[in-house]
Amino acid sequence: MLNPLQRRMLTRRLLQTVPVLILATFSVFMLLKLLPGDVAITLAGENASAERIAEIRQNYGLDKPLLIQYATWAWNALQGDLSSSLLSGEEVTTTLARVFPNTLFIVCYAILISIVLGVPLGILAAARAGGLADRMVMLLSSIGVALPNFWIAMIFVVAFALNRTWFPATGFVSPFEDPLRAIWYATLPAVALAASGVAEVSRQLRSSLVEILQSQHFRTLHAKGLPFRSILWKHGLRNVSVNLLTVISLLVNRTLAATVVVEVVFAIPGMGNTIVNATLQRDFPVVQGAVLAMVLTVITVNLVTDMLYSVLDPRISQQ
Amino acid sequence: MSAPLLEVRDLTLGFTGRRGQPPLRILRDVNFSIARGERVGLVGESGCGKSVTGLALMRLLPATAQIGGTVTLDGADMARASAAQVRRMRGKKIAMIFQEPMSALDPVFPVGEQLGEALRLHETLPRAEEKARVVQALADVGIPAPERRYGEYPHQLSGGMRQRVMIAMALINKPDLIIADEPTTALDVTIQAQIMDLLRDLSERTGTALLFITHDLGVVAETCQRMITMYAGEIVEDAPVDDALRAPKHPYTSGLLRSLPHFNRERGQFAYIPGRVPAPNAMPRGCRFAARCPHAASACAEPQVLREIEPGRRVRCIRAEALDLDGAVERSPA
Ligand SMILES: Nc1ncnc2c1ncn2[C@@H]1O[C@H](COP(=O)(O)OP(=O)(O)O)[C@@H](O)[C@H]1O
Ligand code: SF4
Ligand SMILES: [Mg+2]
Repeated sequence: MLNPLQRRMLTRRLLQTVPVLILATFSVFMLLKLLPGDVAITLAGENASAERIAEIRQNYGLDKPLLIQYATWAWNALQGDLSSSLLSGEEVTTTLARVFPNTLFIVCYAILISIVLGVPLGILAAARAGGLADRMVMLLSSIGVALPNFWIAMIFVVAFALNRTWFPATGFVSPFEDPLRAIWYATLPAVALAASGVAEVSRQLRSSLVEILQSQHFRTLHAKGLPFRSILWKHGLRNVSVNLLTVISLLVNRTLAATVVVEVVFAIPGMGNTIVNATLQRDFPVVQGAVLAMVLTVITVNLVTDMLYSVLDPRISQQ
Repeated sequence: MSAPLLEVRDLTLGFTGRRGQPPLRILRDVNFSIARGERVGLVGESGCGKSVTGLALMRLLPATAQIGGTVTLDGADMARASAAQVRRMRGKKIAMIFQEPMSALDPVFPVGEQLGEALRLHETLPRAEEKARVVQALADVGIPAPERRYGEYPHQLSGGMRQRVMIAMALINKPDLIIADEPTTALDVTIQAQIMDLLRDLSERTGTALLFITHDLGVVAETCQRMITMYAGEIVEDAPVDDALRAPKHPYTSGLLRSLPHFNRERGQFAYIPGRVPAPNAMPRGCRFAARCPHAASACAEPQVLREIEPGRRVRCIRAEALDLDGAVERSPA
């Protein structure tokens, strides 16, 4: 399936991810440790004696030097053991398996909206470059890019959940349990996340289309008598598919990050809420595991993107 | 005599200027015709308006272009036809080959698909037959292993091969007229000659007329039957190629011929035309070539008209009959 060149690229990219993973988890670990607060005190309870706290520290290995603590965690993680939450005792892998699909669901939903709305808007704007439709789309997209996600999220809650009750204001239904209700529940958060995505996709698509439509090989297409709709939809879209892929890939990464805030606003039991709560309680195995999962996801997205590049642009695979 | 294939009457071209700027007038009083199967060279220095003339015939100019006059191709007026009509003429009646083969093909589609697409626009064929026709078209322009090339992308072909693909694409619907705008300028010298030979052969074989835009008069001598000289947006001379080369009637044509390298070698002289083409917004009222013309006289300050001085020869110079101008070929002693 993969040619040798693609396989070599894949290997190289996988090796490159190792330092990224170490750096990401190590810096998150250090940040957590530098924050004031101590999980041992939480665990021991309000009025625990100093001995009790020290004992708990020892039990959890919290008395060891920081580097040893990190190395222990990393060594276990390498073997697939992300250890357990210090507070609930639940295995971190179990927690992740529970909450990560929820985040992915919201993110995929948001990306889908960004593409389904953003692509036609971008094409419309490019086809009528300089016209009224173009200016409307560009105006809306500058607004969409400028507004923060959480603000859009809260406006949506007020407008469509509290004032009109078309959608639930908070909460979440797993898509595995009840897909229709899951979509209904996820719509407001996904739209809030997608507002900037639609704006970004339409904007970038418009500008790369407008540019490619001016290029020399598009004059050839006109010269051979091709109607404008084929020029735009067939050759135009195919020529900018690489740019579009870049935009979408960046968007996936950004949406993954942005989902943290939106999950909190809508009380969605996903990665965002998990990371926020675990950080507040200094429950470092949970934070570490969640960060690791997020970084791995981003790396996978980037890897798939790079692979798709060579599929979309024949010039890349031959180089 | 039957009606010409292409008849260009009083063609003018301007571009709307930026806000507040007056429009740029690029072409004026362009009149010429091309017979079926005829090969015509359109020559002149860079910036004289050759490319925009070709693009105007194809109606390929940007929206800022304002075109006047009529362009009658096989009885239909290209300048006034609807966008849909123009689209149906492109490829089928009139086709164009551009200067840059490197950037004229779509990089993300195989060449076979790009040719097949052109064919499909004017003919409905079963897939297998379409492919056979495309492969044949590639073979016709001398592309080796056309079956394999069919599935290849432009970047896998050399510049010369790409230009052959462009020629195959222009020819695939058997148009009546092909406009070739400096088709060999971007290629190696040896490849240039091959491409020119190919174009001439194909034109002879298929009876396709050729408007050949170039600044290389040597190529016109070898390929064309008639030569039209353009200067500063006007036609200044239109003559059978042999006459134009032997005895040009316009000082500008003569100047172009005298600056040909082999001409200089023979006579041991260098004869570049001094000065440069006036800018579109600074055209003189009188003869546009006057500032560079060694024969300028007071009568030249009047606007010059393109007039017929003998059957089949037109020139835009009031002194044409009085001058005895050098050509590129030695004239036999009278
Ligand atoms: N799209 C355009 N807008 C404005 N001016 C143009 C445009 N295209 C060409 N011109 C001008 O028209 C003149 C003739 O250009 P061109 O036909 O390319 O010359 P040639 O092919 O003889 O070298 C030049 O002065 C050029 O700057
Ligand atoms: S009209 Fe006069 S200036 Fe113009 S080309 Fe003829 S001789 Fe020269
Ligand atoms: Mg040109």
